[in-house]
Amino acid sequence: MMLIRYLSQIGKYFLMWKEIFKKPTKWSVMKGLIFKEVDDLIIDSLGIVAFISFFVGGVVSIQTALNLTNSFIPKYLIGYATRQSVILEFAPTFMSIIMAGKMGSFITSSIGSMRVTEQIDALEVMGVNSLNYLVFPKIIALLLYPFLIGIGMFLGIAGGYIATVYGGFGADVDFIEGIQRDFLPFHVVYSFTKTFIFGMLLATIPSFHGYYMKGGALEVGKASTVSFVWTSVTIIVLNYVITQLLLTK
Amino acid sequence: MIEIKNIEKSFNGVKILKGISSVFEAGKTNLIIGQSGSGKTVLLKSLLGIHTPEVGTISFDGRIYSDLNADEKREIRTEIGMLFQGSALFDSMTVSENVAFPLRMFTNDSKLKIQKRVDFVLERVNLVGAHKKLPSEISGGMQKRVAIARAIVNNPKYLFCDEPNSGLDPNTAILIDNLIKEITVEYNITTVVNTHDMNSVMEIGDNILFLKNGVKAWQGNKEEIFRTNNEAIVEFVYSSELFKKVREAHLKE
Ligand SMILES: Nc1ncnc2c1ncn2[C@@H]1O[C@H](COP(=O)(O)OP(=O)(O)OP(=O)(O)O)[C@@H](O)[C@H]1O
Ligand SMILES: [Mg+2]
Repeated sequence: MMLIRYLSQIGKYFLMWKEIFKKPTKWSVMKGLIFKEVDDLIIDSLGIVAFISFFVGGVVSIQTALNLTNSFIPKYLIGYATRQSVILEFAPTFMSIIMAGKMGSFITSSIGSMRVTEQIDALEVMGVNSLNYLVFPKIIALLLYPFLIGIGMFLGIAGGYIATVYGGFGADVDFIEGIQRDFLPFHVVYSFTKTFIFGMLLATIPSFHGYYMKGGALEVGKASTVSFVWTSVTIIVLNYVITQLLLTK
Repeated sequence: MIEIKNIEKSFNGVKILKGISSVFEAGKTNLIIGQSGSGKTVLLKSLLGIHTPEVGTISFDGRIYSDLNADEKREIRTEIGMLFQGSALFDSMTVSENVAFPLRMFTNDSKLKIQKRVDFVLERVNLVGAHKKLPSEISGGMQKRVAIARAIVNNPKYLFCDEPNSGLDPNTAILIDNLIKEITVEYNITTVVNTHDMNSVMEIGDNILFLKNGVKAWQGNKEEIFRTNNEAIVEFVYSSELFKKVREAHLKE
C-alpha cells in the first residue's frame, strides 16, 4: 500500500517535469522571474555557503593534522585530505543537504502558500501554465548552482590552508604540495556532475511538495518539513548511485 | 452566454452535482445560491475548468469546452476573469503589477498603454493612490477591488465571482455587489456569482440558480424569489427573520 503510494508520487513527480516545459511563459515576463530566482536562490545563499565552507574546510584540515601522529606519514597529507574531502563530498553533497534546508524550505513554503491562497488557481484560470511559471525559472537559476558549490570548494580549501598554516599544524609548502599531488581532473568532473544533478533536485522536489500540497497555513509548514526529508534522502541515495557509477571501475 | 447541460460531478464516488442544466446570459448577474455544501463552488470550478465534470456539457457562446483542444481551452481562459473568495492577489507584486499581470502575460501592449489601462480600471473600481502598495498593506475590501480590477483588465467576456462579499462589512459588501453589477451591464459580460448572502440576492439577482444537495431546486429572479411557493426556497429564505418579513411584505403587495 505504502509502496504503491510512493511509486505514484514518483510518477507524479516525473509528469511534473514534462508539464514544466509545456506552454512556456512569455520571455519578457520569464526574464524577470529568472533574475528574481537567481537573486533569491543563488545570490542569497552565497554568504552561508562561504561561511560554512570556510570553517568546515578549516576543521577538516585540523582533524587530519591531529590524527597524523605517526611521523612516517608525509606532511602533505593534510592538504591532500582536505582537497579530497572538500571536492568529493563536502562541497557537493553536504552543502546540498544544507541547501535542501535553506532553499528547499523557501521554495516549498513560497509555492505552498500560493497554493493555499488560490494564487496558483488564479494563474491557471488566467490561462498561465503555473508549473512553467513557477518552477522553470528555479530550474534555470539553479543551473548556476555549480558556481555556488565551486566557490564553496575554493573557500573550503582556503579555510583548510589558513587553519593549517596559521594554526601551526603544518607548513605552507606541504599544504600546497598536498593539494597539487595526484590530482585527478576526473574527480572534478564527477563532483560537478553530482552538483548539477543535486541542483536540479533542489529546484524541483521542494517545488513538487509545495505545488501539490493540500490544506491551509499549517500544512505549508508540514510540507516544508516533508520536502526537506525527501530532498535530502534523494540526494544521499543518488550520491551513492552516482559514486558507484562514476568512481568504481 | 454560457450554457450548461446536465452537469454531473463526483468526488471519490460521491455525486456532488447531480445533473444541472442552466443558461447564464450576457449582461446579467447570474447568481448561484444555496446552503453551505450544496455544491456552489464545485459548480463554479467546473465552469472554470478547474474541475472536469464526468457527464454534461458546458458551452461558452457555442464553444463546447470539453470538445476543445488544449490551446483552444487556454484561449477561452484568457477571456475569463475570476474573483476568488480570498482575492488571490499575487502577494509579491504591488497593486498595479497585479492588475497589469494579465496584460503583460497575454497582450503585446507597450508599457505606457498597459499603465494607462491599469490606471483606468483602478479608477473604475474606485481605488486611487494604492498603486505602489503590496496586497498585505491594504484592507480586505480594497483587496477585493484590486482583484475585480485584475479580473476585468483584459476585457473578459465571462466573469466569475466566488462569494465576493464574504468577510466584508455590509456597506462594503453592497459596494462590491453594485460594482460587479455595473461592470456586467457596462461591458455586457456574462457574470456568474456564487453567494449565500441574501442581500446580494436582493441587490443584484437578475437570474438566480438555487442549488440543493447538488440539484437545481429552483431558478428565477430577485422578484420571483420572494413570491414563489417552492418549498426549498421558502425554507432557505425563511431561515432569516429579516427575510421572512421581506417575503411577507412582497406577498401582501
Ligand atoms: N476537491 C474535492 N474533493 C472531494 N470532495 C469535495 C471537493 N470539493 C468539494 N467537495 C465536496 O462537495 C460538496 C460541495 O462542496 P462545495 O464547496 O461546492 O459547497 P458550497 O456550496 O460551495 O459551500 P460553501 O457555501 O460552504 O462554500 C461538499 O460536500 C464537499 O465536501
Ligand atoms: Mg463555496
